[in-house]
Amino acid sequence: QVHSLQELRRSASLATKVFVQRDYSDGTTCQFQTKFPPELESRIERQLFEETVKTLNGFYAEAEKIGGSSYLEGCLACATAYFIFLCMETHYEKVLKKISKYIQDQNEKIYAPRGLLLTDPLERGMRVIEISIYEDRCSSGSSSSGSSSSSSSGGGGG
Amino acid sequence: MTPGGGSGPMKDCEYSQISTHSSSSPMESPHKKKKSVPKRKWEVFPGRNKFFCNGRIMMARQTGVFYLTLVLILVTSGLFFAFDCPYLSEKITPAIPAIGGILFFFVMGTLLRTSFSDPGVLPRATPDEAADLERQIDIANGSSSGGYRPPPRTKEVIINGQTVKLKYCFTCKIFRPPRASHCSLCDNCVERFDHHCPWVGNCVGKRNYRFFYMFILSLSFLTVFIFAFVITHVILRSQQTGFLNALKDSPARYPFNETNFRAYCKITSEMSVVCFFSVWSIVGLSGFHTYLISSNQTTNEDIKGSWSNKRGKENYN
Repeated sequence: QVHSLQELRRSASLATKVFVQRDYSDGTTCQFQTKFPPELESRIERQLFEETVKTLNGFYAEAEKIGGSSYLEGCLACATAYFIFLCMETHYEKVLKKISKYIQDQNEKIYAPRGLLLTDPLERGMRVIEISIYEDRCSSGSSSSGSSSSSSSGGGGG
Repeated sequence: MTPGGGSGPMKDCEYSQISTHSSSSPMESPHKKKKSVPKRKWEVFPGRNKFFCNGRIMMARQTGVFYLTLVLILVTSGLFFAFDCPYLSEKITPAIPAIGGILFFFVMGTLLRTSFSDPGVLPRATPDEAADLERQIDIANGSSSGGYRPPPRTKEVIINGQTVKLKYCFTCKIFRPPRASHCSLCDNCVERFDHHCPWVGNCVGKRNYRFFYMFILSLSFLTVFIFAFVITHVILRSQQTGFLNALKDSPARYPFNETNFRAYCKITSEMSVVCFFSVWSIVGLSGFHTYLISSNQTTNEDIKGSWSNKRGKENYN
């Protein structure tokens, strides 16, 4: 049974939510902790989760990166009294859109089939990654039976 | 892929695909009715803000002073362009109204951008998150003792090897990220909160600070510019010998006779007074914010001395 996203909301019931906090060890830039939450122990492979968070961290670092193009964009914006942003998106906004697509993609391919749902940190003010854990109303046993097979079916979720 | 092995106890459930795209505007209204009308986030926004243009414009509740700012800038600039520019563009150079126009355009653009944009408001915690945090705090403190309000909750984080305490916000039910602060006027936590500026009718925070800084900088240049050229205008006119004769010769060129010259002098002196006070306060403010930027502080942090080098002073947020 592939659990698609929407129906997680309707036919599955929300069991609990896990919050992945910000990682401030390298400063105040937007990074999230890659520590694996114990509640997800039986739901998803450690490696998949870590990869998701690491990719997100990479995206956020890219968004806030100060390079040649973002410098030029800043200068151009300043020179036009920021009117240029009525016509074009900032580099940061472009990356945010990429992130949103990535999260949607991850949800569809990896998390929904395991009864999980990632919320875009943007919705929570970049403070947490909220992971909702759903229990099937249809199933009687839910989680534990899923894990053994998902580890054996390996990289099917990619 | 299917979570395979549990297919025994699991029934055959039918699912249909939906876009997972949670667009940021519509939000389910709090009631879980079947046919709930989705409301825009700004319609259910818990803070004390005013929204216009279907949520595109976000301002604080008290906007009276903002209108005053607009009026002052528009009237002063308008008078300058109407009365001084024709004379000066002929006498000196037409670049004067051109540059004045550019500065005015900058000032208005950045002012409106500062006033209308989101300063970086942190959304309040969802009930689930708030409950989760409360649980964690209770575990940390031991079970809550009695009914009295427990002491302010703090969480320590290590940022680049330095310990910083994050304060818990009781209104927003979150631990404030470093450098965020709660604005009591807008009732929101704002990232990298600088100050609440009544003149622009909004908080100044992480996401609109650059517009605010450009606003005060360009306004400094504009006020200095207007002030200088108004004075120049008055000096040039008074230096003209046979001034009144010139008027008789070509009344069309210098649209003043005696009576409205007095009116003109009155207006000029009023403008000069406004400009004089503006110049000093705005230029001073620009200088102050330039200092803040160079020392990587916000007004809030500078006032509180958050990052000052006092021995034994803990770093609070």
